[in-house]
Amino acid sequence: MSDLRKELKVSAIENGTVIDHIPAKSLFQVVKILKLNAIPNQILFGNNLQSQKYGTKGIIKVNDKYFEAQELNKIALVAPSATLIVIKDFTVVYKKNVELPKTIKQFVKCVNPNCITNNENIETKFDVHIDEEGQPKLRCNYCEKFTAKDNMVFI
Amino acid sequence: MKNRSLVSIEDFSKEEWLKILDLAEEFEKNPKQRILEGNVIATLFFEPSTRTRLSFESAASYLGAKVIGFSDASSSSVKKGESLNDTILTVSNYSDIIVMRHPREGSARYASEVSPVPIINAGDGANQHPSQTLLDLYSIRKTQGRLDNIHITFVGDLKYGRTVHSLVIALCNFNAIFHFVSPPELKLPSYVKRHIKDAKLRYYQYTDLTEAIPKTDILYMTRIQKERFSDPIEYEKVKNAYILRNSMLEEAKESMKVLHPLPRVNEITQDVDANPMAYYFQQAQNGVYVRQAILTSILGVK
Repeated sequence: MSDLRKELKVSAIENGTVIDHIPAKSLFQVVKILKLNAIPNQILFGNNLQSQKYGTKGIIKVNDKYFEAQELNKIALVAPSATLIVIKDFTVVYKKNVELPKTIKQFVKCVNPNCITNNENIETKFDVHIDEEGQPKLRCNYCEKFTAKDNMVFI
Repeated sequence: MKNRSLVSIEDFSKEEWLKILDLAEEFEKNPKQRILEGNVIATLFFEPSTRTRLSFESAASYLGAKVIGFSDASSSSVKKGESLNDTILTVSNYSDIIVMRHPREGSARYASEVSPVPIINAGDGANQHPSQTLLDLYSIRKTQGRLDNIHITFVGDLKYGRTVHSLVIALCNFNAIFHFVSPPELKLPSYVKRHIKDAKLRYYQYTDLTEAIPKTDILYMTRIQKERFSDPIEYEKVKNAYILRNSMLEEAKESMKVLHPLPRVNEITQDVDANPMAYYFQQAQNGVYVRQAILTSILGVK
């Protein structure tokens, strides 16, 4: 596929943030984690696009919005391969890969139904660990139980 | 340790555990001293526990402290829907330290974050119960004269028993040799085994209790609860396989001691009680001295 045709699949933006190389199955989790449903900006989504590296991928382009690195790194839990591209005046200002944060607050539920965070109005807090398969798992700061990647529910 | 909360055994270092055990030894010689006079200790038991609550209250009372609190959430404002945050903040105005038991896991850690006074976790669901671990260590050291290189055999429910998990993790610091006797469905969870492997220690698993006894220094019995089995037939099959009878102790070392966190149901027959190897009631008594050591260390009196 030529570069030109690739460009045409999802149109360019003048200013804003592009999140590329999202695994196709994680696109809607990324939308939820970044709460993109709740912002007024123009947003373009593409999913199941062809990717040389990953087979299929998702892409999100958010007009006139620049995220805090801390905010964007949250998506590394579901999209460790994602790339962030900051665009100003149709030009790429910088490009980087998301990084898995060391701690996670608020936006993931603890898998343990008997954890205090699931029974009182308490923000969740986790340390991020890596399991034997190289996937992130979260250790609850309160009940000390691990939430594996497949069990993560985003608040 | 002054002014620090004790939520999980790992909140304190090995050196601090040993300091508490040394201090408990002093209290055992002289348990009635009025060194906590003028202090108020709150015991908040959101779920009932006779043994743990009474031993904390006894420990505090012998030292002259005043004890306030509740022994059941239904007799507190929790029943009216008060949040844990509000209960802790309120009670912290009335006391110098809070001892709490709560059915939810992580409740004690959360309380320690919001409370201006130190929290002692007396059990948060199936998670942690550090004063039990310390009194187990105390009982082992007292009966064996050492904590290092102990052959310890855990029997019964090794999957859900939080006292087992915490004690195994603690003993990984003392070069223990572990023997685990349980039905296959109640085997020790892999995260606890990971601690043993990380410490490069040995463990052996058995399904037959008599096989492990001759090598054992400490025989740690636990109760197998019927509700842990999804299949009641499975429970009926195993329930009698993990009962300790006096006749089974013939092959044991003379110095071996039998421990049990109590309450016991039928997993140790009564004829064991008269055997000098039975140590579970003294173990419960040691709980008072160890809790005196914990209270005075955190209150900065000792």
